[in-house]
Amino acid sequence: MADQAGFAEDTEQYMGSLYSAALRMTRNPADAEDLVQETYLKAYRAYATFKEGTNLKAWLYRILTNTFINSYRSKHRHPEETELEDVEDFYLFRRLGGLEAAAAGRSAEDEVLERFTDDEVKRAVESLPENFRMAVLLADVEGFSYKEIAEIMEVPIGTVMSRLHRGRRALEKALHDFGMARGLVSARLG
Amino acid sequence: MGSDHDKDVVDCREALHRIYHFLDGELTSERRVRIEAHLDGCSPCLNVFGFEAELRRLVADKCRDAVPEGLRARIADAIDHEHDHTQVDTGPRGEMAGKDASEVVGGLPA
Repeated sequence: MADQAGFAEDTEQYMGSLYSAALRMTRNPADAEDLVQETYLKAYRAYATFKEGTNLKAWLYRILTNTFINSYRSKHRHPEETELEDVEDFYLFRRLGGLEAAAAGRSAEDEVLERFTDDEVKRAVESLPENFRMAVLLADVEGFSYKEIAEIMEVPIGTVMSRLHRGRRALEKALHDFGMARGLVSARLG
Repeated sequence: MGSDHDKDVVDCREALHRIYHFLDGELTSERRVRIEAHLDGCSPCLNVFGFEAELRRLVADKCRDAVPEGLRARIADAIDHEHDHTQVDTGPRGEMAGKDASEVVGGLPA
């Protein structure tokens, strides 16, 4: 059982990552601030139920996720399986020349990645449907394990893996499309 | 893929099939070692793994935003306010305490 008096000190270090996640999920700074504030307030009220020694960051993310789903998720929801077009594996990598380039001894893929701007990467992540976006953020940005993500999102581990797999493929497609628009990625490849 | 009891050789198909589990640190150490052995001898697969790892680093690096100046202060104020209103002491605020607490407990993760 956690002591409410230590709440601010215990949780302060996670505010940056919670805010970043909130911003990706709401895609709007004002909503992101409200979401984080609401998350902290709920967490403060419930802090006595948090078991010390368990994962505080995951607990905060679970509150953030619940709050997002209940208050901020977009009104027009579609069944998630049809929300995301099916994209082949390693979409961006393949379009950058991928395996043939590697065999030919030139590997420019990593250099192309470096040329994406912060804004392009953020917008690519934000283009993913919410369930996929959340899974990718929790895994790739925050480094949570599949089990932790399953607990945060309250879905089975198999669902986490499937959302990650499809979400990452869709992310490569989105980055590829931004890259094409800016001439970073050439159309003749792939 | 199939039985993996006696299988100590990983082919490209299996390596690529397990790439996300590998990068996510979700493989048993035994399986991890076998995939690493494959990557040691297979530069096309190593390239894919390297690219996907780099892509994750990119996403992790670019998706960090600074907390806006006012937000920290606003959260601190909101918590102070909450604290003041949930003190179970005498005075006009006391009656708020029970109500707030019961509203709070429902629907939150344990």
